[in-house]
Amino acid sequence: MSMVVVRLVLSRIAIAILTLGFVSVAVFVGTEILPGDVAEAILGQGATPEAVAGLRAALHLDQPAHIRYFLWLGGLLSGDPGRSLVNNLPVAELIASRLPNSLMLAAVTAVVCVPIALTLGILSAVWRGSLFDRAANFLTTSIVAVPEFLIATLAVIVFAVRLRWFPALSYAAGIISLDQFFRLFALPVFTLSCVLTAWMMRMTRAAMIDTLRSSYVEMAVLKGARPMRVVLTHALPNTIGPIANAVALSLSYLLGGAIIVEIVFNYPGLARLLVDAVSTRDMPLVQACVMIFCSAYLYLLMLADIAGILSNPRLRHR
Amino acid sequence: MAPLVKVENLRVTARDERGRLSVIVKDVSFEVQPGEVVALIGESGSGKTTIALSLMGYARSGARIAGGKITFDGRDVLSLSKRELSSLRGRNITYVPQSAAASFNPARPLLKQVIESSQIHKMMPQAEAKTEAVALFRELVLPDPEHVGERYPHQVSGGQLQRLLAAMALVTDPKLIIFDEPTTALDVTTQIEVLRVFKKAIKERGTTAVYVSHDLAVVAQMADRIIVLRDGIIREVDATGRILSEPKNDYTKSLIAAAEPHTRATAPGAIQTKAAPPVLEVKSVVAGYGATDRDGVPVLPVLRDVGLSIKAGTTLGVIGESGCGKSTLARVIAGLLPAARGEVLLDGAPLPRRASQRTRDQLRRIQILFQMADTAVNPSRTVGRILGRPLEFYHGLGGDQCRRRVAELLDMVRLPAMMAERYPGELSGGQKQRVNLARALAAKPSLILCDEITSALDTVVGAAILDLLAELQREVGVAYLFISHDLSTVKAVCDEVMILYAGQMMEHGSRRALGQRPLHPYSDLLISSVPELRQGWLDGISENVLKEASVGVARPGRGEACSFFERCAVRVPGRCDVEPTPLRSLTKGAKIRCQRTEEELIDLSAR
Repeated sequence: MSMVVVRLVLSRIAIAILTLGFVSVAVFVGTEILPGDVAEAILGQGATPEAVAGLRAALHLDQPAHIRYFLWLGGLLSGDPGRSLVNNLPVAELIASRLPNSLMLAAVTAVVCVPIALTLGILSAVWRGSLFDRAANFLTTSIVAVPEFLIATLAVIVFAVRLRWFPALSYAAGIISLDQFFRLFALPVFTLSCVLTAWMMRMTRAAMIDTLRSSYVEMAVLKGARPMRVVLTHALPNTIGPIANAVALSLSYLLGGAIIVEIVFNYPGLARLLVDAVSTRDMPLVQACVMIFCSAYLYLLMLADIAGILSNPRLRHR
Repeated sequence: MAPLVKVENLRVTARDERGRLSVIVKDVSFEVQPGEVVALIGESGSGKTTIALSLMGYARSGARIAGGKITFDGRDVLSLSKRELSSLRGRNITYVPQSAAASFNPARPLLKQVIESSQIHKMMPQAEAKTEAVALFRELVLPDPEHVGERYPHQVSGGQLQRLLAAMALVTDPKLIIFDEPTTALDVTTQIEVLRVFKKAIKERGTTAVYVSHDLAVVAQMADRIIVLRDGIIREVDATGRILSEPKNDYTKSLIAAAEPHTRATAPGAIQTKAAPPVLEVKSVVAGYGATDRDGVPVLPVLRDVGLSIKAGTTLGVIGESGCGKSTLARVIAGLLPAARGEVLLDGAPLPRRASQRTRDQLRRIQILFQMADTAVNPSRTVGRILGRPLEFYHGLGGDQCRRRVAELLDMVRLPAMMAERYPGELSGGQKQRVNLARALAAKPSLILCDEITSALDTVVGAAILDLLAELQREVGVAYLFISHDLSTVKAVCDEVMILYAGQMMEHGSRRALGQRPLHPYSDLLISSVPELRQGWLDGISENVLKEASVGVARPGRGEACSFFERCAVRVPGRCDVEPTPLRSLTKGAKIRCQRTEEELIDLSAR
């Protein structure tokens, strides 16, 4: 690997870290300008001014904003994002109980829909204009157009209520058998996959068609290469960059964007934790959740960028 | 002897974006005998590539082989199954495409791609194919034949890639090779070398070949027989010598006329204005990309100390290979790329370096025309609005006055007035370039920068544009800076010519001086590399020229030493590559940048 690639990759990582820094400022400022005093909110209307002042001091609310920002950031970096204002539990603990669930849902969905989307995208690009291509396009466009809650609700009505194949509610704790695991995850994963697969498939198809139009693909055909070889050895290696970006963008939706699915299926994920925290003004929890979503998003995009850099022969071989 | 290829009543149809069906190859029949090189010649849209590809049973997306019969080596190509076609392609018939850079997969090493067809058809083990390929690399005079295959496409030059494509076509020892404009994308000095190795390879193997090209002079060197095509119909078929000496068809005659040198420059006018002060002067301009260092030299210098002057109403030609900085020069003059050092004077007054700092009148007086006529006009505006904009911007014209002037401008570029209602999409390439020219004229400029304006056009269409430029110069007295890579075009329209190489001015003189010796060694190479419209020209080229041509790409250096050093046949090591190159005035009236004196150059060229 050449120095240029190492430098480019390092600079991408540096940019991601820098962006995360900006995000932390934005999150802090954003929660700061929300109306209402936290101490008053916690103690309620009848609190004495002394009690409020005492709590403010305990929460460092009497300090200037930039000091509180660094206190918060320091805590975040050392793994202590503070305590919940609502139930006084450590935020870390609250998140620890939800994050694995979210990651599990995201991982299962990714494992299911990435291969399906890529295969469908590549096939419809190869057979573009064919009945298969048109059917796939029609189907995916239709699915993208349907709101997620509708898909989720329909899935519940059909598969849980009518057919009784899967439970309508998913609770991830205490999974025992593989069969149970499958049944619990089936509906949420199905709902999420509907939207994501359509997205990724269309982007993959576009990237693939672009490459299939290139002269070197025509050249491969004229060398007598069969379609399978043309796609796998000539077209695919040159579409890794755009496809990785499409996949990363889609997957970044899986953490924060899963909110509807989490609510419909009563799934204890991170997105629901965030929504609950917002409605109870639990700022430390909101901040921590938002930081997690943003980091995940940046991390995925960074991975896609790096995949793009590594797949570019001009950068790999100078 | 039975023909190797027999095409009978071939008919190819194509469906355009709007779904309209058109016939692009109509009822074409011809034969190719074993060992024969047959050329398909014609302009863009003549169906030559379509015919060549259909010999492999292949039609590009949108096109369809609708009828006729193609027999290759006794087999009916059009009735073969997909699998049978695959086994034919790359094994019995191979293809050498036009753009080598685009035809190599950027993600795979070269050798793998060169021997791929032999592996697909399981003709030999990989190790044997590699040895074979290396032998071919050696035969095709590729530098470092043992290791060039380990490289990736972006790591070798265009001329080398084109030869690697030829190796790819030869590695399976096919019965028929199709060359599709294989040297069109190359610089002339590179083209000559590639043509030479192609010809040798064909001759030694006795390979049957179909050679597709738009360039009669190139075809005259390569082909035994020529098929002239226009609009998908065969116009004339004859032996190469007879086509060149006694063409029968009118279209063939016009092709030959367009290819022959033909001077349009306004010599009398130029003499009258000789004493006049120059309209544009460029003094020791240094320009390039990236940050500038302490001396004001950019990290990637493109132009190094270039100076020129253009007198009112005359044409200065700037010629050079791709990457020599000729377009950068136009961008510097137009203020699109600010010069790092040096100055540009318009009528004796220095111009601000950036276009954004120039006054409206300064902007008006220098207009620019681009190579790609399509991308220079807004596709969603009518021609009338495109021309109306500069009229309003520079002259404040509106309403009826503007409409009248638009009609005048269209008339000046020989387009009917009703074109004002049309959209660019409805115009042909040549018409679009005329609209661009009218837009430039709308500003009433004193100078028009023409950047490769005929390169994307067919010969006949381009020749008409050149005629128009000359006429307009006589009518309105505008000066041109005419940038081109094509020597014959430059010679046809320019009063003076400047030759650029790797950002350095090599020779600057009148058009006549360019035809007189002594020449700068690079000018000499450039001039002798342009194919001539006669058979046997290629075989008569001296080895000296080839040696110079074969050395890779030009890289602008940073110092003041000669950038042509590596390719120069008369270089003086230790001097040319070290010392700053002096500017010499020759008795023929030209200036050259060379270490060699006039006497030395005369002596050397006499040898």
